[in-house]
Amino acid sequence: MTSSSAPAPSALTPLVPGSSAAPRVALLAGGLSHERDVSIRSGRRVAEALRSAGVEVSLHDVDADLVPALTELAPDLVWPLLHGASGEDGSVRDVVQLLGLRLLGTGPRASRVAWSKPIAKTVVSRAGIVTPEFVTLPQSLFRELGAGRVLDAIVGRLGLPVVVKPSRGGSALGVSVVRSADELPRAMVECFAYGGTALIERAVDGVEVAVSVVDLGDGPVALPPIEIVTDGPYDYDARYNPGRVEYFAPARLAPETRAAVEDVAITAHRALGLARLSRADLIIDEDGVVHFLEVNVTPGMTETSLLPQAAEAAGHNLGALYRALVEASLAAEPTGLAGVGAL
Amino acid sequence: MTSQPSPRPETSGTPTSAAAGTRLDPWLDAYADRTHGMRASEIRALFAVANRPEVVSLAGGMPFLDGLPLDSLAQVAAQVVAQRGLQALQYGSGQGDETLREQILEVMALEGISAHPDDVVVTTGSQQALDLVTRVFINPGDVVVAEAPSYVGALGVFRAYQADVVHVPIDEHGLIPAALEETLTSLAAAGRQTKFLYTVPNFHNPAGVSVSLERRPQIVEIARRHGVLVLEDNPYGLLGFDRDPWPALRSYDEDGVIYLGSFSKTFAPGYRVGWAVAPHAVREKLVLASESAILCPSNASQIAISSYLSTCDWRSQVKSYRELYRERRDAMVGALAEHLPEASWTVPDGGFYTWVRLPEGLDAKDMLPRAVTARVAYVPGTAFYFDGTGRDHMRLSFCYPTPERIREGVRRLASVVSAERELVEMFGTGTTDEPADDVVAPAPDVL
Repeated sequence: MTSSSAPAPSALTPLVPGSSAAPRVALLAGGLSHERDVSIRSGRRVAEALRSAGVEVSLHDVDADLVPALTELAPDLVWPLLHGASGEDGSVRDVVQLLGLRLLGTGPRASRVAWSKPIAKTVVSRAGIVTPEFVTLPQSLFRELGAGRVLDAIVGRLGLPVVVKPSRGGSALGVSVVRSADELPRAMVECFAYGGTALIERAVDGVEVAVSVVDLGDGPVALPPIEIVTDGPYDYDARYNPGRVEYFAPARLAPETRAAVEDVAITAHRALGLARLSRADLIIDEDGVVHFLEVNVTPGMTETSLLPQAAEAAGHNLGALYRALVEASLAAEPTGLAGVGAL
Repeated sequence: MTSQPSPRPETSGTPTSAAAGTRLDPWLDAYADRTHGMRASEIRALFAVANRPEVVSLAGGMPFLDGLPLDSLAQVAAQVVAQRGLQALQYGSGQGDETLREQILEVMALEGISAHPDDVVVTTGSQQALDLVTRVFINPGDVVVAEAPSYVGALGVFRAYQADVVHVPIDEHGLIPAALEETLTSLAAAGRQTKFLYTVPNFHNPAGVSVSLERRPQIVEIARRHGVLVLEDNPYGLLGFDRDPWPALRSYDEDGVIYLGSFSKTFAPGYRVGWAVAPHAVREKLVLASESAILCPSNASQIAISSYLSTCDWRSQVKSYRELYRERRDAMVGALAEHLPEASWTVPDGGFYTWVRLPEGLDAKDMLPRAVTARVAYVPGTAFYFDGTGRDHMRLSFCYPTPERIREGVRRLASVVSAERELVEMFGTGTTDEPADDVVAPAPDVL
């Protein structure tokens, strides 16, 4: 399994050999999820970068105008930059394919799997990746069995601290680190405000890294891991306000540790059937064991996001890299639904 | 990814890079202390969906402008450029256009204010006047006394100038004079200097209540006795549903009250024209402060508004707004009574807002994501307290949505409250006393 960093793409290759037409890409950003704001910012950044690289870009919200707009435009490629809900659960991707259009990135089926944190954790663990012990419980179960008893059982099994998070969703919304049992009920309430199912996992202390993976046509390769050092939780505030987080790009890791985290990210990308780009969030514990937390099929692309930082650390020009992703997608055989072998 | 802060563990081998990390902003250490609270927040991000048509937004404070006579206004705007273009497009007086200042006197006369055009300073919305007054009076650590709750935009200004805000309780008749007396007395006893009392006496934002006629002179007298200036913020005063405007606090004491007015709610916020009326020495400083901030308010906006006031029937326009907002208020309180009887709320007799107290144990800030999922938005009460308390309240706006949409929004809200109650009862959590650390409201363009 390769874990080398992606080389910077060389001179821009034309869309179709012998053709000089600029590729026409429709970016989808916004939507109705809790992460609408982040998605809009991602969309604007990618649009700007692609335009600078000579790509013809249109930017679309996900609303009643989308289907007619895509039908009329008939873009060469649709790139969903939607975070959360229909953007990452595969449903918008399904519609894009229904319209006979080509997608940049992971297809609907694999998106659906990766979007569910517990299912993604199960899939990658079958591929030999370590992931913190966890339990996934719907709100209804607490009602049926009695919340106190279930919480006691959780603490009895997983110990403390634990991390409580919505089973689906991003940007750390609804996520709490619980260090004492009396904090757990409130963490559950905050989590269930974002969704009906909670994932509670054993907290792992260690070095946090994010590894972005890109596939420019020759298979997935890892961009330099980014190390995230915070003076508190890596929550929404820390992610989108420069200052509270210190990023190290590349992460300050020994070569074998770096190789290990890159390997985990690529293995997860493959095991989940992801395509073109992804980002795995990982923790390296005190013994050097790499733990998989979650994967993102639509990594954030804002000015403070991790994939653009990793790309720049690798020496990529963002516009050129994004155009290379576009061209690799167009050069590939249309795949229809991406497979998820592990399921 | 979620952080679990810990000492950096030893990983095997030798680090390959000891390069310094980045915090993504090379100017972090250069910011002024007052800037540190200016941050993107999770709550503010949730408001991003409010402008989508699927969402019933009871969050924003945008006036409903569809009833404006746009054809007439277009003619006014064309005449402004055609006939007075060289003036409208030029710099103007730092204090504001003299003709407009005279017309502002006519508007204020409806609330019993008598002043001279020289007493008026035109500003870029009354929000700028708030900023100017705070700039002129507040040193870091100075005390501003304000109602509990208070207008979030004012709290933001006070925070930016590093004031300390001390809240005074209100009831259905507005600011409570005895509580004000007690607060000012205890602040003085503690050796703390209160620079001014900030109050929205009419159709309060967010509480929807008005200071009663009986209390108005009492409040002015208490402030006068304690040597505390009153900053009277009155954007909604002409928008009473069932009564004529009440006398402004300024009408009781010209030397002790700075009055702020605005055309944003009675005409159109897009022009960004408001004003301050201040004692003469204060007014001089406000003009100088305004010139240093913006040189002068927009001449084009001022002349357009001046032309509107002189050529259109602005009193009828205000009357039509009052009727429109009354219908929406009725829809709001009717829907609350029908769908949320377990909550309590104020019944405003003017303005844009009602202030809702949630059933015991519910936290409006925690509940907002669930509401957004259910396609309804509101502003959690935490936005209206300087210390981030107020989790058990929410502000509902009835200014922009149609009555049908208001009813639908409250219906959705009721289902959200019901689901949240079940959750809170199940886990035995109540409203936490922990203050919110992100005291924010929607951006001005949120519906």
